[in-house]
Amino acid sequence: MTTTILFTIVSLTVLGSVLALILYFVAQKFKVEEDPRIDLTEAALPGANCGGCGYAGCRAFAEACVKADELDSLFCPVGGNDVMKSVSAVLGKEVKEVAPKVAVVRCNGNCDVRQKTNHYDGYSSCAVMASLYAGDTACSFGCLGQGDCVVVCNFDAIKMDPRTGLPEVDQDKCTACGACVKACPKFIIELRNKGPKNRRIFVSCVNKDKGGVARKACAVACIGCSKCQKVCPYDAITMSNNLAYIDYNKCKLCRKCVTECPTRAIWEVNFPVRVPKKEESSVNE
Amino acid sequence: MSRTFSIGGIHPHDHKISAGAAIEDFPLMETAYISVSQHLGAPAEPVVAKGDRVKTGQLIAKANGFISANIHSSVSGVVTSIDSLPDLAGNLIPHIVIKVEGDEWIESIDRSEEIVRDIKATPKEILGKIAEAGIVGLGGAAFPTHIKLSPPPNKKADALLINGAECEPYLTSDYRIMLESPEQILIGTKIMMSALGVNRAFVGIEENKPAAIKAMKKIASKHYKDIKVVSLKKRYPQGGEKQLIDAILGRQVPSMGLPIDVGVVVQNVGTALAVYEAVQKNKPLFEGIVTVTGKCMTEQRNFKLRVGTSFDTVMFAIGGFPKDAVKLISGGPMMGKAVSRLEAASVKSTSALLLLTDEETRRGEEGNCIRCAKCVDACPMGLEPYLLNRLARAGRTEDLESNMVHDCIECGCCIYSCPSNIPLLDTIRLSKAQVLKIIRSRPKK
Amino acid sequence: MKKLVVSPAPHLHGKESTRSLMRDVIIALAPSLLVSIYFFGFSAIKLAFVGAITCVLVEYAIQKYIIKSKVSVNDYSAALTGLLLALNLPPNSPWWIVFIGSVVAIGVAKMSFGGLGQNLFNPALVGRVFLLVSFPVIMTDWTIPNSWFREGIDASTGATALSIVREGLAKGLTMDEIFAANNFSYAEMLFSKIGGSVGEVSALALLFGLAYLLIRKVIRPHIPLSIFASIVVFSGGLWLINPAHYPDPLFTLLTGGILIGAIFMATDYVTSPMSTRGMVIYGVGIGLLTVLIRNFGAYPEGISFAILIMNATVPLLNSYFKPKKFGKEVNNG
Repeated sequence: MTTTILFTIVSLTVLGSVLALILYFVAQKFKVEEDPRIDLTEAALPGANCGGCGYAGCRAFAEACVKADELDSLFCPVGGNDVMKSVSAVLGKEVKEVAPKVAVVRCNGNCDVRQKTNHYDGYSSCAVMASLYAGDTACSFGCLGQGDCVVVCNFDAIKMDPRTGLPEVDQDKCTACGACVKACPKFIIELRNKGPKNRRIFVSCVNKDKGGVARKACAVACIGCSKCQKVCPYDAITMSNNLAYIDYNKCKLCRKCVTECPTRAIWEVNFPVRVPKKEESSVNE
Repeated sequence: MSRTFSIGGIHPHDHKISAGAAIEDFPLMETAYISVSQHLGAPAEPVVAKGDRVKTGQLIAKANGFISANIHSSVSGVVTSIDSLPDLAGNLIPHIVIKVEGDEWIESIDRSEEIVRDIKATPKEILGKIAEAGIVGLGGAAFPTHIKLSPPPNKKADALLINGAECEPYLTSDYRIMLESPEQILIGTKIMMSALGVNRAFVGIEENKPAAIKAMKKIASKHYKDIKVVSLKKRYPQGGEKQLIDAILGRQVPSMGLPIDVGVVVQNVGTALAVYEAVQKNKPLFEGIVTVTGKCMTEQRNFKLRVGTSFDTVMFAIGGFPKDAVKLISGGPMMGKAVSRLEAASVKSTSALLLLTDEETRRGEEGNCIRCAKCVDACPMGLEPYLLNRLARAGRTEDLESNMVHDCIECGCCIYSCPSNIPLLDTIRLSKAQVLKIIRSRPKK
Repeated sequence: MKKLVVSPAPHLHGKESTRSLMRDVIIALAPSLLVSIYFFGFSAIKLAFVGAITCVLVEYAIQKYIIKSKVSVNDYSAALTGLLLALNLPPNSPWWIVFIGSVVAIGVAKMSFGGLGQNLFNPALVGRVFLLVSFPVIMTDWTIPNSWFREGIDASTGATALSIVREGLAKGLTMDEIFAANNFSYAEMLFSKIGGSVGEVSALALLFGLAYLLIRKVIRPHIPLSIFASIVVFSGGLWLINPAHYPDPLFTLLTGGILIGAIFMATDYVTSPMSTRGMVIYGVGIGLLTVLIRNFGAYPEGISFAILIMNATVPLLNSYFKPKKFGKEVNNG
């Protein structure tokens, strides 16, 4: 009996040692030399591996930061300015502050203002629907409501609102990684500045049809009348293909265009509610 | 002994309820909406303007580029506008709108009933006449025929195949023309053989059309001995060109290849008839046979429809949009396109207008894949649809390419056979387009 | 104006659904079920009933309350698992055995992998093997059926043909001696009267089921035929080497769970290969393993383990044995 036990112990110990030695030598021979700064940089990053920076994961971004001469073109949207400051501290390279961005859905064609003209009975994917035909309403540019943007969000920041049939962005969870922008086949979602006090103004329409056609399809469509462009004191609005566009870097949030727009296609977000002028106007705007 | 293709396929009920409907002229419409984009390739460029008077058969839009086709007016009247109007998918396409006045044809067209058997034109003249007449493939793809009949110098054809399979359920337009104009089709075939420089042709017809096989064989065996009529098993997609070549000649077109790579050119029977009319009768392509059918219709019809007839005009002619119908399909039920705008107009390649009821066409609720492999058994290209669907939903384009998603012929056999109602082809079609784009954008070695 | 329905092509669908396929399998099982009710009476009804109901309830409960997803019990797959499990059990089993087996089959082997279509191992077999390993005494307590429909009071406890053979061989008897001592006859095996589980008793009823499944195109013949062929070849080979010590192929085929295993368990869609080449290799592997386990392993019955082992190789078979592509030569991998 003892010989059996002895034999077992010896043979297993020898086997274990031999294998351990093999592992050690292989690990040494195939070791990859890496700059230790990459590990330090990666530790400063959020670790979401969302690809919002344009690189394949946080480690790839860390490598890019280490290799780059300056950090100007590198930005982690999830971590934002705070994370970039830490990266800058680790690597000793300068970094500029960037205005935080948020995803904005530029369509307000809900069921009340944009009637359905046919019934779609296929796979629930905006990409499939967009490649099949012009959509189930008379506006061939508007949101299709199948939720490709929702599926692709890594941060649970965008959800379909069942009452309107349109996606809604949670500005606190949104990291502006850009995944929903790429997923939308109609290019409706855009990354725009979050704005001071989270206030922003944008044209909530991407319809390029002539005014009459657009208006007939949707009551809140942009009809390309240019009234907003004329009233903007900061030259922030451009017209192209019957559609107005507000440059978020030039916009100073004066809201003149919002009141001027005849179809209420321009949206203001996070502003206090206006009080009608005929009341005692002691409330500030 | 009927031949058939070697891999996959399904056996849907053929529903040839309109087989007995003889071809009848559709009453002339009030307005013609003629699209400039009725073919694969660049849209044609209009050569008429608002206010111009046009005659039936007159050229109104010229081919624009190498892969393009001429378009001729299907009516006589006044051009009221050249407008962007929706096609059946709702996309805005330029249309030439003509207010119909009378039915005056251009003088060059030979309108007599007599069959012209003597082929006087040389191969080069034939190709010129086909191009001039704006003939495109009437099997559904609408590829300009004169280009298909002029293969590149390094590729030689040794056989011409005429596709009379009509494997799609419900469709009978090809059947009716084979029954009513068999000799004209054979003459058209001979014309194409001359243009291609081949000395043998085969006409493939599914065995559920015995009268058509008989009619074609009777004339071919006597006067056109180099054209062989072949009986094919009733199986979908027998009419797919790759499957047709496999069935008749036993040759398989390689991946990313064309039929000319195995020395074959395939044309639809309708195209052969159009070629006869163009070369022998100087008639350009501006009308075609359209099967208007559906279980909810009281009477099944096969109309000779002029290009540019709006779908709602057709619906009006059959007594209104049937109460039970929920879907109007341009084409067959397996590969046709569902119409989203009734005001859209017919084009050269419109072969059928099919009305389906809710019970027939509503998609069931999607369940889990039970790995039954029925889609694998059904796929005529030997692909694995369940796997391609999963890869497509995960966005794995490299794996999709190595699993040959670009070989998919979009026949629909996979969705048809899936017991869990998984919309396999919807995602596969999308990823096929993505992978093809990637493959084609690679620099050629 | 009428709202048209728009969808991508194709616009027609075949008649088959998951429900219709499962229903066809249940119909194919009906002859065996009826025969076993005839022989075992109320016990068979009890086991089948408890099995099917428990499986359905467990799947419903898990889908509704634990994972909170859509309830899909109306596709009959859970009921089918319950029936198959019941048919694999000894007729005298108490109701709680089939209850525990059903809970394991659905809860562990099916739902924990993700539900229908996601499991790696055949749920009914996992349930059966779990019971076999946990409750060996109950699971090997067989009754020899009598000819009238009654509660098993008149039936005598005994062993199955396989275990009789095993014991006999262990005692040193030859196959001929064992056969003679027990009045084995092939006719009896075909038409029943041989001890076995609820579903093993009538080979003929099972073969009717196979014919039905093939005619209705529910299964393709590759798996059952390759299993039968490989069992005949391997057990035949052993028998030719030493006929006194190894049972002949016909005996091997007709006894134990091979028929029910090859026809109903190995052909389960979810756990079997997707291409015909893969199916043949799968079948051959099952046949080989069954013969090995039966003759050289610890258990007299091998097919349940053989199928489970081959289930584990199915993903590999699916990757390496792809169907033949149009326009290309056979491409492995």
